[in-house]
Amino acid sequence: MKHALYCFLSHWRRAPLQLLLLIAGLALATALWSAVQAINSEARASYARAVEQLGAAQLTALTSPEGTIPVETYVRLRRAGWQVSPVLEGTWQADQNALTLLGVDALSYPGAPAMFQAASARGLDLSDVLTPPRLIFAHPTTLPDLMAFERSIPLPQLPPRVVLADLSLAERLLDQPGRLSRILILPNQPKGLPDLAEIVPELRQSQNSDGALADPQRLTRSFHLNLTAFGFLSFCVGLFIVQGSVTLGIEQRRGTIRTLRCLGVSTATLLQALFLELLILALVSGVLGLVIGYALAALLLPDVSATLRGLYGAPVEGSLTLRPTWVISGLVMTSLGTGAAGAQAFVAMRRMANALSRSPVASARMTWRSQRIFLGASAVLIAAGYLALKLVPGLIGGFAFLGGTLLGAALLLPPILFAMSSALLGVLRAPLWRWLVADSRLQLPGISLSLMALLLAVATNIGVGTMVSSFRLTFLDWIEQRLPADAYVEVTSATTANQIMEWAMQNDARALPQYRIDSRTDSAPLRIYGIVDDPLYRTHWPLLEAEARVWDRIYDEGAVLISEQLARREGLQTGDQIALTPDWTTQIAGIYPDYGNPDGQAVVALSTLQARASGITVSRVGVVAPPGVSTADLMQRLRQDLNLTSDKVVEAEMIQRASVAIFDRTFVVTGALNILTLGVAGFALLTSFLSQWSKRLPHLAPVWAMGITRPQLARLELMRSLAFAVVTFVLALPLGLLLAWALLAVINVEAFGWRLPMYLFPMEWGRLFAMTLIVAALASLLPALRLMRMSPATLLGVFASDR
Amino acid sequence: MIANLLHPGKIIAITTLALAPLGAWAQGFANLGSTAEDFTAPRPGVDLIFPNDHAAHPDYRIEWWYLTANLKTAAGEDLGIQWTLFRSALAPSEVDGWQSPQIWMGHAAVTTKSDHRFSERIGRGGTGQAGISAAPFSAWIDDWEITSSDATLDELTVKARGQSFSYNLHLRTDAPLILHGDAGYSVKSADGQASYYYAQPAYEVSGTITLPQGPVAVTGAAWLDREWSSQPLAEDQDGWDWFSLRLDDGAKLMGFVLRGERGDFTSGTWITPDGTAQPLAPGAFNAAPRAWSQVEGRQVPTSWQVSLPERDLNITVDALNPQAWMGVSFPYWEGPVQVSGSHSGVGYLEMTGY
Repeated sequence: MKHALYCFLSHWRRAPLQLLLLIAGLALATALWSAVQAINSEARASYARAVEQLGAAQLTALTSPEGTIPVETYVRLRRAGWQVSPVLEGTWQADQNALTLLGVDALSYPGAPAMFQAASARGLDLSDVLTPPRLIFAHPTTLPDLMAFERSIPLPQLPPRVVLADLSLAERLLDQPGRLSRILILPNQPKGLPDLAEIVPELRQSQNSDGALADPQRLTRSFHLNLTAFGFLSFCVGLFIVQGSVTLGIEQRRGTIRTLRCLGVSTATLLQALFLELLILALVSGVLGLVIGYALAALLLPDVSATLRGLYGAPVEGSLTLRPTWVISGLVMTSLGTGAAGAQAFVAMRRMANALSRSPVASARMTWRSQRIFLGASAVLIAAGYLALKLVPGLIGGFAFLGGTLLGAALLLPPILFAMSSALLGVLRAPLWRWLVADSRLQLPGISLSLMALLLAVATNIGVGTMVSSFRLTFLDWIEQRLPADAYVEVTSATTANQIMEWAMQNDARALPQYRIDSRTDSAPLRIYGIVDDPLYRTHWPLLEAEARVWDRIYDEGAVLISEQLARREGLQTGDQIALTPDWTTQIAGIYPDYGNPDGQAVVALSTLQARASGITVSRVGVVAPPGVSTADLMQRLRQDLNLTSDKVVEAEMIQRASVAIFDRTFVVTGALNILTLGVAGFALLTSFLSQWSKRLPHLAPVWAMGITRPQLARLELMRSLAFAVVTFVLALPLGLLLAWALLAVINVEAFGWRLPMYLFPMEWGRLFAMTLIVAALASLLPALRLMRMSPATLLGVFASDR
Repeated sequence: MIANLLHPGKIIAITTLALAPLGAWAQGFANLGSTAEDFTAPRPGVDLIFPNDHAAHPDYRIEWWYLTANLKTAAGEDLGIQWTLFRSALAPSEVDGWQSPQIWMGHAAVTTKSDHRFSERIGRGGTGQAGISAAPFSAWIDDWEITSSDATLDELTVKARGQSFSYNLHLRTDAPLILHGDAGYSVKSADGQASYYYAQPAYEVSGTITLPQGPVAVTGAAWLDREWSSQPLAEDQDGWDWFSLRLDDGAKLMGFVLRGERGDFTSGTWITPDGTAQPLAPGAFNAAPRAWSQVEGRQVPTSWQVSLPERDLNITVDALNPQAWMGVSFPYWEGPVQVSGSHSGVGYLEMTGY
């Protein structure tokens, strides 16, 4: 066994480049996958840590269908022996900022130790939490919103904009004395307690006990699913490399295997040797991949954190910790992947070891029969994907559709190339071209896998690129519509807002104050804006769906516009009724897009808002310049006349630019992964070209002998590679567009709650086409150069050693 | 009996560990040893009035209802139970609802020769989760309670339940209340720190204790202590050894040692078989450790030599179960003891600051 393995492995000494590529390919694939995993687990750990330390991870909560629960009910449970902890949650207007306030009983709340640790770091203790003036805890980034509140303590475990205080303070701030939102059932209850149904029949049990604390986890789930899908795709592309190289390695060791068999080594021993070889390769590449993956994750994590913070307000620390589970799962993944990719090698090896005399070429030739298998598998995959889309709801169905379609389409590639080359052979007359096409067809089994990888990479690039660019275009358009005024003034009080409105009236300008209140539906926060009747809204406000006379319905009949996310989440349509607050239900007159906002939003007429809600605040007033006045002049006059500091008056364009910058930052990671995927595909191509190399000498030598020079052969080699790339790209384009459609119309809707229009970007395709050609050219450059430099003796030698 | 909660060193250790939400209250207690701030301080010469003084005194910083019982099963196995309700005020007032600055803490335990089970409950005043009512008398936290059918403490029902034990006991006595110290004014240090302190040491008990192996009927005797103060500790005092002993000849002895840097302060009360309380002069009561046990990673004296020369008393006090450690937010040792020597009997021992 030892000697068999040694003989077996010695092959790589003769083919160091091949080995290098194999390891590099596998390592790169592992790296991408594990980087994504590291980033995801870091983010998840951040949320989980926060929820665990502060909340009620895994606890059941008791809630009331009525809304709130009286404190007497809590005491009733306690007096019955149940170990429970009360929570009051609501929206609190801290100055101009609406924050989610969690009121907890600092004596029984599971997260209390974290609170006290934070307090004692400031030299404060329990009596500071429980007795006036009392402490309030907030994420460090939220502390500035609590400037007016002198006793605020940083608590990084909290999500931004969620603040925590003892019930004694919270019930006052929320004006809900003696009321509770939910009652958490603590772990480790005494035995023999009376049934909950007996003590509190009016309450129901709910698994979702974290309330606002779980928002980051809930909101970012889809983002992480996207990342995982991307990482997995890269991993699959990487496995194509392994598959090609390993199968080739067996093919190349035909002689060795035959000799070993003749020396009496059993097939079983040979298979064991192959197994060990794959295991060693997988572990070496896996470790290398983990190192690269870790570095990559560390590199990307700050951007991802920025994205998560910007898009969802989810707190993710920008630093990476090395988790043993991550290392193990990475290695297992690589080993399993290598095993799957090497499965064909086992079959080949078995066949080879049993039938020692069969010609290598014959077994490698592609036949129409084998095409049928590809076609069949492809049809099954695509059909399964389609069925998943129709039958399985949610993101899973969407991703199953993507997976089925992509793999199915990739499997179509070899039959299409085979059919194309067969058709060309029927048309072409020039012998050299006929040879080139026939030779290419012969090569198909060897390189079709890496061409499939290239197809997937290009399609992903087109798909994701189209999605991002479509999103960006829509976003730009939308943000321009949503900021119709020329300048915006940040205000901290209604008085300032009124001054600006008065000023606008006197100066022939128009003011668009943004009045709002914050509410909460069962599942998420809801912000309700009250707008004045200004023609700009009627002309500019983007609407996806609207009733006739929508604006009259808003201003005259108290109807509401709601955001697309809210409509999709609650399954609402124009004409339906919606409960904006517990005692305010109205009809939906239209639905508008609200990209990038995870929370629900609604718009009503200001008069309606004032009539139906209390606690209205205003944070910004838009001002439209009088006719003939430039924005710069308008801002200048606003500052002068109203004595405003310059940072309070912002040009609309500035806000747009800042939003777009945040948007772009969000997709930095996507861009990076795109490029890397293409890189992996290029590697796959290079590997298979190289691996074809030795096999092809017997085919090249006769052509050379017939007078085609080596540089000519090299050029043909290059051309062929480019031709493959062109065909692959042409096929990848529709596939990529299908992918883009699925991302925009299926995945986005499920993940974020908005559907985006699809735009086409031919310029982008051109750029990608050029990149594909470059990748293909680079991949074939090395074999072509080798060919050019090959000594005639080697080529002649082919004839001498021909079997 | 003096609080087992007051050792500053322990309290700080708990705060940093933050083992339980309560751990953090710690510093709210830590300054107990220094000033009484706005709280009312005990004064000598004040008559205790019942049933009013059975109820809570929110204007004093700390207070407890402390019941211990030495019991026997039908098979003759010795065991003990503890039921304690502590009140600790962050401010000298009581208000309804969550605004209340009164914090309540319950400790319950069952101790056999080989087993010690305990549990803890914490709650806030003002909501009704924990509290005291005077007439009829009731002291409760969650579903743990001591209740009477009238305003006296003569007949009580006691209930508590932990994760792995519960008990339900009936207590009865005809004996008068014992006022410790000077008619209930009990001095705790040479500097004059003091508390109001009375007791009912002569209950007959019957009831049921449920352990994992099932319910078991028990009988025996119980001792209820009532104490409240605002500044019960001198600054240098950092631990206590407190004895309540029920001697076979019908006499009873309460004695304590307050361990301080400037020397120990001892005091106590001798209760004659007919129920007459005779306060002991400082220094009359002597207690010295005889043997130490390793308990929860620390050395605790679980065997004592106790003497009271004026009564010709020289006894050995041994813990029934040396591992009777109360691993609650403020950990301490509390368990049943057996008395031998010049007198024999049973009792309870409490030790803090180890």
